Amino acid sequence: MDIKAKVIDLIVEELGVEVGEVTLEASFIEDLGADSLDTVELIMKFEEEFDIDIADEDAEGLTTVGKAIEYLQKQLD
Amino acid sequence: MKRLEDKVAIITGAARGIGFSIAEKISEHGATSVIIDLDKKAVDTAVQQIDDIGNRAIGFTADVTNSEEIASIFKEIHKEFGKIDILINNAGITKDGLLMKMKESDWDAVINVNLKGTFICTQKVSRYMLKNRSGIIVNIASVIGLMGNAGQANYAASKGGIIALTKSSAKEFASRNIRVNAVAPGFIQTEMTDKLPQEIIDNYSAAIPLSRMGTATDVANLCVFLASDEAGYITGQTIQVDGGLIM
Repeated sequence: MDIKAKVIDLIVEELGVEVGEVTLEASFIEDLGADSLDTVELIMKFEEEFDIDIADEDAEGLTTVGKAIEYLQKQLD
Repeated sequence: MKRLEDKVAIITGAARGIGFSIAEKISEHGATSVIIDLDKKAVDTAVQQIDDIGNRAIGFTADVTNSEEIASIFKEIHKEFGKIDILINNAGITKDGLLMKMKESDWDAVINVNLKGTFICTQKVSRYMLKNRSGIIVNIASVIGLMGNAGQANYAASKGGIIALTKSSAKEFASRNIRVNAVAPGFIQTEMTDKLPQEIIDNYSAAIPLSRMGTATDVANLCVFLASDEAGYITGQTIQVDGGLIM
């Protein structure tokens, strides 16, 4: 499974943004217009789609697209 | 007019008393009531009673203070119906006693069921409502939570807490079209008050401007209204059903 592509898909779907905007450096809140509830929902979406549990402490660090992808790749390895 | 056609409504503590009246009324308005209560036999009877008059209800036996149990039941409900539209946090207990003599265990038990139970159910239902960009939560508080009552420090604190929780969750969820309101019943006739001597009931009633005790239906009617689209611009409020007892 291509985790990166899947994560980008989920972000596009959840935040209603264009694929082009979802760069690795993009911050969910600053660049992609997410509010705090969106970020919680996004984490829940990752948990659901990848069937994992993301600890709150870990979730706090996932502020950009790149960080989320890296984290999920590591978890699913 | 049916106000809640095809909605799915969870009502906690709904096997009897005010909770059952709410479930009955909500089903009467076209919704499926999901009755959650501790006592399996009472849950079955309640579901049967609603079923018998041709309305829809299902039941689950659970403790609102058990977050894992609640999460798994809500998941099952969501799986079955594809949505959860309404949550009525009604489950509550009393363990009265003067503050000086109140056992810590009685304090904890009341805060746990009434306040923490409301928090747990709200938290567990929120993921479905957030995703759906729509939802209605009604928390059953009490006038005691507004005015306090000698001998009910634990109950008053739990109900006052519910009012504050209502306001906070209304603010957190408003952007997702989820409304959260509280209902504060006054002196309501239930199985519990039926056991009181007539003299005491008369004394209480004399203090109420509308000079009668309320009925569970009075409370249920407000819940139906708050759960309906007609209340679409109301959130974060505590509305009393108390015959004017406090104003």
